[in-house]
Amino acid sequence: MIVGKSIPRIDARDKATGRTMYTDDLCDRRALIAKIKHSTVAHAYVKSVDISEAEKIPGVVKIVTCFDVPDFKFPTAGHPWSTDPHHQDVCDRVLLTKHVLYYGDDVAAVVAEDEISAADAVRAIKVEYEELPFVLDVQEAMKDGAPQLHEAYPNNILNHTSYRSGNYEEAIKDPGLIKVEGWYDTPTVQHCHIENFVCFASRENEKLVVVTSTQIPHIVRRVVGQALGIPWGRVRVIKPYVGGGFGNKQDVLYEPLCAFLSESVGGRLVKLECTREETFCNNRVRHAIRSHITTYCRKDGTLVARKLECFSNQGAYASHGHAIVAKGMGAFHQLYPCPNVESDSWTVFTNRQVGGAMRSYGMAQAIFAVESHSDDICRAIGMDPMEFRRKNLMPKGYVDPFSKNEQYYDTFNQCFDKGAAYIGYNEKYKAYQNQSGPVRRGIGFAPLWYNTAVWPIALETAACRMILNQDGSVQMQVGDTEIGQGADTAFSQMAAETIGLPFDKIHILSCQDTDVTPFGTGAYASRQTYVTGMAVRDCAERLKDKILKTAYRYTRMQPYLMDIQDGNIVRVTDGRVLMSVGDLAMSALYDLDNSIHITAETTTQTKSNAYSFGCCFAEVEVDIPLCRVRLLNIINVHDCGRLINPALAAAQVEGGMSMGIGYALSEKMIYDQKTGRLLNGNLLDYKLSTFMDHPHLEAQFVENYEPTSAYGTKALGEPPVVPVAPAIRAAILQATGVPMYELPMDPHQLFRRFKEEHLI
Amino acid sequence: MAEELRQYKQVTCTINGKKRTTMVDVRASLTDMLRNDYRLTSVKKGCEVGECGACTVLIDGEAFDSCIYLAVWADGKEIITLEGLEGPNGELSDIQQAFIDETAIQCGFCSPGFILTAKEILDSGVLYTDDELRKLLSGHLCRCTGYENIFQAVKKTMYKRLGKKLPT
Repeated sequence: MIVGKSIPRIDARDKATGRTMYTDDLCDRRALIAKIKHSTVAHAYVKSVDISEAEKIPGVVKIVTCFDVPDFKFPTAGHPWSTDPHHQDVCDRVLLTKHVLYYGDDVAAVVAEDEISAADAVRAIKVEYEELPFVLDVQEAMKDGAPQLHEAYPNNILNHTSYRSGNYEEAIKDPGLIKVEGWYDTPTVQHCHIENFVCFASRENEKLVVVTSTQIPHIVRRVVGQALGIPWGRVRVIKPYVGGGFGNKQDVLYEPLCAFLSESVGGRLVKLECTREETFCNNRVRHAIRSHITTYCRKDGTLVARKLECFSNQGAYASHGHAIVAKGMGAFHQLYPCPNVESDSWTVFTNRQVGGAMRSYGMAQAIFAVESHSDDICRAIGMDPMEFRRKNLMPKGYVDPFSKNEQYYDTFNQCFDKGAAYIGYNEKYKAYQNQSGPVRRGIGFAPLWYNTAVWPIALETAACRMILNQDGSVQMQVGDTEIGQGADTAFSQMAAETIGLPFDKIHILSCQDTDVTPFGTGAYASRQTYVTGMAVRDCAERLKDKILKTAYRYTRMQPYLMDIQDGNIVRVTDGRVLMSVGDLAMSALYDLDNSIHITAETTTQTKSNAYSFGCCFAEVEVDIPLCRVRLLNIINVHDCGRLINPALAAAQVEGGMSMGIGYALSEKMIYDQKTGRLLNGNLLDYKLSTFMDHPHLEAQFVENYEPTSAYGTKALGEPPVVPVAPAIRAAILQATGVPMYELPMDPHQLFRRFKEEHLI
Repeated sequence: MAEELRQYKQVTCTINGKKRTTMVDVRASLTDMLRNDYRLTSVKKGCEVGECGACTVLIDGEAFDSCIYLAVWADGKEIITLEGLEGPNGELSDIQQAFIDETAIQCGFCSPGFILTAKEILDSGVLYTDDELRKLLSGHLCRCTGYENIFQAVKKTMYKRLGKKLPT
């Protein structure tokens, strides 16, 4: 068994020696350097751009302004293309803009011989603006008469969707019901992968070659084609190793601009690298979502009628848009089945950083609201939070009529039992009741729910190609991407297992090149072990079939009498080794009568989806006078099906927990209300969790085999971040009796709330 | 920037055991010099203002953010980058092997810096407490690992080097 083993990742040695080449490491030193002139106002029309001084700076090769770029509108979301125009992403971008929509928008770009002259020239460019009023808050932006960002979207509403079941208005007339209501706010945060976005572009034989740090090379190829108005086949995108993505690089970022700048200097090599400040200000962010939940329930915790309204702050451009909050809204009625539900979600443009995909795709926001509200219900009716969850959460056998997803197991109870046992929940929950004094402890938990991949909302397709080498090893190519999560190692384990080869006989092409690797949409939606796993399985079975059929020629045994085990062709009837796969490959390839190069290639479309589940338990100590939370213990338990590589799976969970801890306690992008400028767009002022901010992170699993999956696995990449903030909130609530309604629960927030509740 | 406006200075230093000399722009950082002039691409750029630790190198045995250390200051110094840890026949140092064994590497972008700071910690020969270790490693940011396995890799190697049994 190779699947299920904690094999070290295939790229670990190179990464431990510093040999791994990331995008910037591969860029030739001759490259011209591109830098962008960003706006210093939040909303304006560009009246003029004066480049006369900038052009004089020695080393400047070319300056392009918003008046020089083509008018091809393009989208940026890393979504699969849709042949139905109604399902295509919003095309609201041009390469450089005359209508500035946020503080930092792209107005002009410089290409120069080196970084210093490029930076000097950017500073020397003078932009004249016709300033317009701007709006940062969603509720303000929806009002009549608010500053309008995009003409086609009145009241700045990008989209509004609803879900209805039963009859909410009728149901709430029952006089015996208890009403619980709350507003829950989540902040804008950034992905903070340590490798900033970087790409370089040049023309090679009339083809535009873009090398980029992306999660979605095949989508980047399409969007570069759209943005430059050239056939997609003329664009070649190469993705080397990536220093983290977390969804930010699931957007097309500056690849189209870089490609355009290269074209504008005759196809010469141009590099565009974001600074850390640009990564914060000019890439993508997690949507701030404000949720309003009303629940009518009975004293015993029975849910009778529920209403959810979510307002998602999209920022200046559509990017992934409404998909984020819509996914979160979908959790509400599935996670807690209730006969009467009304939910509505709005995605609203504001003059802020652009919201895109970020690890958990709206679910961290949704679960914070939903689970905080669950604890508020428990408080209102005096019910035990664990009992409430066990009573109301999606039960075994639940099937979602839309996705056809099914809850096959008693997962939530299994996860709760495992997490509670590790952290000592029951004993501590009792011990921490009714504390007094300035320093108090609390314990809490929250469940999580996540869909795997994007079917049936959008296309799910993956491709795989395998080529048998002379030594009996296999070259494998997929279109889906390794971005640090360990996908290449997992795919290799799957291939080795299905073909019957030792792990070291699988050689995966780790870097995607759209001219070489087959099509794949990329790393997102925690989809790859599930969706790409199906392509790997199918391709591996085809290759194995070909190997055995070819082996008939040399062994004279019927293919059904043979199997491949540990790199050998074995007669299954008596276990005799007939020949090695290497000998077969040599014989077949160099056969003077009938040479065969054994290969297989497949595209699989996935028309199923799988629920992924889990929970987080957290124990905290709250210093009330200091308004500080210290995290003492934390565990995530996940049911992501069968584990392909337990050590890599645990590592994924730990990273997600860390991101969740930052989301809960410290991370927030802060805006100057007077100018719309981002105030803390750097790693000093933006409080990413450090080594000092974590206790031991415990990751455990409940391995319920996913019946719809090629290898029994389902989503794990994103889910770990989801339940952490509501679990910590529950622990703070138990310690202090004070519910928090806004993330992060940093000292500012705690001070405000403790003051309101007269604790200080 | 025109060539005539530039100011260059000769810098001679030992890099990974070899004496090297080059002319550098006086404004260049040590990161720039190591990456651009010597193609030592294990020295990563994550912020270029000393916040993330990805560009860490050892200067006379001490871990520094090379992005906020001027290249000209390196004159006469002994610099070690991650490339310098590998033995002549590709042997890995104990801490590199520990990063592999403990699954402490994911995207790998912060790894070179972490490994060099870990080397400084381990070379000190001191047995640090968990809290002290966390503090000593806190100059590095990582978004993939939650630091958990990096901590395990450094701690286990520290105990191994000192011939002590890892407390359970």
